[in-house]
Amino acid sequence: MAPNSELLLDVQDLNVSFATEEGIVHAVDEVSLALHAGEVLAVVGESGSGKSVTAMTLMGLTRSPNARFAGSAKLRDLDLVTASDDQLRKVRAEEIAMIFQDPMTSLNPVHRVGRQIVEQIQAHRDVPDGEARDQVVALLERVGIPRARERFDSYPHEFSGGMRQRVMIAMALSCDPAVLIADEPTTALDVTIQAQILEVLKELRTRTNAGIILVTHDLGVVADIADRIAVMYAGRIVEQGSTDEIFYNPQHPYTWGLLGSITRVDRPRPTRLPSIPGMPPSLITRPQGCHFRPRCPHAHDACLAKPELIARVGGESGHTDRCVVTPERKAALRETDGQIGLVAGGVTG
Amino acid sequence: MGRFVARRVVGMLLVMFAVSVLTFLIFNVIPNGDPADRMAGKNSTPVQIDAIEKEWGFDKSLPVQYATTMEKVFTGDLVSYYTQTNVAEQIRRGIPRTFALAIGAALLWFAMGTALGLYTAIRAGRWSDTLVTVLALIGVSMPVFWLGALASYYLGFKAGLFPNGGYAEIGEEGLWEWVKHMILPWTVLATLFIGVYSRVLRSNVLDTINDDYVRTARAKGLSERRVMIHHVLRNSLIPIVTLWGLDFGAVLGGGAILTETVFDLDGVGQYFAESIGTLDVPPVLAVTLFGAFFIVILNTVVDIVYAALDPRIRLS
Ligand SMILES: Nc1ncnc2c1ncn2[C@@H]1O[C@H](COP(=O)(O)OP(=O)(O)OP(=O)(O)O)[C@@H](O)[C@H]1O
Ligand SMILES: [Mg+2]
Repeated sequence: MAPNSELLLDVQDLNVSFATEEGIVHAVDEVSLALHAGEVLAVVGESGSGKSVTAMTLMGLTRSPNARFAGSAKLRDLDLVTASDDQLRKVRAEEIAMIFQDPMTSLNPVHRVGRQIVEQIQAHRDVPDGEARDQVVALLERVGIPRARERFDSYPHEFSGGMRQRVMIAMALSCDPAVLIADEPTTALDVTIQAQILEVLKELRTRTNAGIILVTHDLGVVADIADRIAVMYAGRIVEQGSTDEIFYNPQHPYTWGLLGSITRVDRPRPTRLPSIPGMPPSLITRPQGCHFRPRCPHAHDACLAKPELIARVGGESGHTDRCVVTPERKAALRETDGQIGLVAGGVTG
Repeated sequence: MGRFVARRVVGMLLVMFAVSVLTFLIFNVIPNGDPADRMAGKNSTPVQIDAIEKEWGFDKSLPVQYATTMEKVFTGDLVSYYTQTNVAEQIRRGIPRTFALAIGAALLWFAMGTALGLYTAIRAGRWSDTLVTVLALIGVSMPVFWLGALASYYLGFKAGLFPNGGYAEIGEEGLWEWVKHMILPWTVLATLFIGVYSRVLRSNVLDTINDDYVRTARAKGLSERRVMIHHVLRNSLIPIVTLWGLDFGAVLGGGAILTETVFDLDGVGQYFAESIGTLDVPPVLAVTLFGAFFIVILNTVVDIVYAALDPRIRLS
């Protein structure tokens, strides 16, 4: 990351909750994020930790009669939380674009894939059909779709999952957005395709200097592409810092658990992927204080108070976390029963 | 797409052949008794029956009988021995009336059903949705003969807003008279369908609106109007268009008999109903066959339109 590059996205204390029949779901709780041009920010966390809701809120896609918002999410000068529908419509795709989690269902089955991208371009710019078509063919080539000129006229069902995800990426790139949100762009795909898709994203970052938010539940995926990482748990960011800090000096026991569940090539592959023992809490009745407390082997009385997301190590590096245990004690815990111990206790099956 | 159409058309021709054989069997072979006697109708003389027996070849083999029957129906020289009129001419006279009723009503119920369905889906849960839902339920539960009689008595006879039934030829009485004669029949025939279609579309729209590609459409920065029409409605309408083709075929193939009769439009349906009333077999045979053919043809058209609307269908 270039530290003095433009601040694109400034999220402050974002809260999103949904009123449901079972109660109020606190999907996003006090999330603060910053994204600069040319930066890749990875948002990681288990299923249900609020990653997609955070991402979609930035696109204004979680708005509904049962949704409540608090805090702000500034895209340059526009607060995406309070923006009017018309303001949102203008910045969508043009300033901030999103690649969705499931490529199989994210394209309209009855329209030709090329036309679906043309539709987006023409919603924002006055481009004649022929020219738009050429632009889209070039985009499809750029994301690695062979015979793009012919494939322009195909329907989504004629594409594989990987190819559909490339179409989604081409669509997201078509208006050169300043911010690109990729919500688990590779989860539905097999490993070789995953690597190719990540290459496309990397290339994009160097080429257009876009800021990218990469949402995933797998820390391993982001190791070589992310500049910074935010770890989410039960709607909150529990730790945030540079990729190096998160990997080599993790402060939150939940992060240790996530790190432990990465399949590492330098170790024998476990028969089952290890995971953190226990289940994430219900977002309707969350545990008091630290949300991770019930699953944490190191929890004590101090964890009953709500931990703030503040810098506890690293001084100026911007590394923050929500664990009240002192850094010295954490280092010791990590040494003795820390990472490995937590993981060993968590091998399921 | 070309091969798909060719396959469907070949299939359609086979079904039409099967339908014609079945109709022939049902009318001429399966019932007990002398087919010539039935054909001749009430008040026939033995001489007539003898002549019919020769003319239709009822003493010959079944395939020959079938061929003769089809030839009579399709060359247009079928006569009703009871009324001494040419059946083809009667049908030809009735067809514009039946089509005017069916096409007008079908367009009306499609447009109204779509508009109300979309409106109630967008307003789902509010009082306007509830109101239209109740109205749709009332519409669905009103029998055509009752609604028709009511409308023609109060709006036609009493209030004098509309003619009291009958059909006006555009050529003779002008477009406006024609429309005035058709408004009540169209509305009455369409009422039931509007109720059904608006409910079906409403639930389709509410399903579609949560689909992932609709979210994509919003993320593209499209206007809400474009999202609703180009993405939500476009997909929600596919099953409706299918339903519409089938219902339209069914209305043409006999579903408008009551409406025609109540408003005295004198279309094919009314001709059919009257012929049944007098046990006049030749017209009933011919109308049954044509009606069945219409339904088969429209089914094929529906399949082809369906494939044109939904690219995923063309594969299979
Ligand atoms: N519209 C909604 N109404 C009610 N609850 C919702 C709504 N949208 C999301 N949630 C809830 O918010 C929580 C967070 O969901 P989210 O999709 O953000 O998780 P995630 O981190 O993206 O998980 P995954 O890795 O499975 O994609 C979930 O418990 C989900 O059920
Ligand atoms: Mg998600």
